[in-house]
Amino acid sequence: MSNEMKRRIFLKRSLAAGSIGVAAATGLLAPQQVLAAWNKAAFEAKELSGALDALLGSSDMSESADIKVKAPDIAENGAVVPITVDASIDGVESIAIIASNNPVPLVANFVMGPGATGFVSTRIKMGKTGDVVGVVKAGGKLYSAKKEVKVTIGGCGG
Amino acid sequence: MAKSIKIRAKEKGGVTTVKALMTHPMETGGRKDKKTGKTIPAHFIQEVVCKHKGNTVMMAEWSGGVSKNPYISFKFSGAAKGDDLELSWTDNTGKSDSMTSKIK
Repeated sequence: MSNEMKRRIFLKRSLAAGSIGVAAATGLLAPQQVLAAWNKAAFEAKELSGALDALLGSSDMSESADIKVKAPDIAENGAVVPITVDASIDGVESIAIIASNNPVPLVANFVMGPGATGFVSTRIKMGKTGDVVGVVKAGGKLYSAKKEVKVTIGGCGG
Repeated sequence: MAKSIKIRAKEKGGVTTVKALMTHPMETGGRKDKKTGKTIPAHFIQEVVCKHKGNTVMMAEWSGGVSKNPYISFKFSGAAKGDDLELSWTDNTGKSDSMTSKIK
């Protein structure tokens, strides 16, 4: 078998695995990770649904008006975009921040302890204009809200 | 190593607001050095843990998509003024740092 063929099969396999089980694929191909807890599969997924599947076990979410994603309408510098997710839902378990058009869409996932409220604020990088999605897990269900941010200078490229 | 974390935690009406700044390059691994054309290796914080009295109040997992010198803010209830709050981070190279601060 030629090298070209091998490469094709490899690509095919990794693409196929990507849509079904990102966890298995990246787990096999990637070298040993430093942290056991860090969800490598989720953070290396190139697609939103794959990232959410790996992170939260589902990408089935409903939009909620109780979540507010605060972000600038226009970000002049994509390297620093302040994002605040404020969820007035009881029993928030985790909040994920996703920049849908980034090379790695899943930016951060905050797992909230028992006493924590559904509020988190941070600064993220954005490669280009796109929706910032806040995904809140509460009571085993996923809720989301999004806001479009226009980026004039990207912060992920080089 | 100089302390790479700054924390400010304030308690008001039963809710503690924590604000923290960390000093870290947060390289995604996708950027290239403009002079040499080589890819700059990924170097970013993967995990941030904040503890109050031994209980984890917030645990964050990050990709390289969080900005350089990351800032986070969150709120939690159940702490009192004067309590210790510990925040620590671990990056993808295995380095870590932690800092303890009193809630005001």
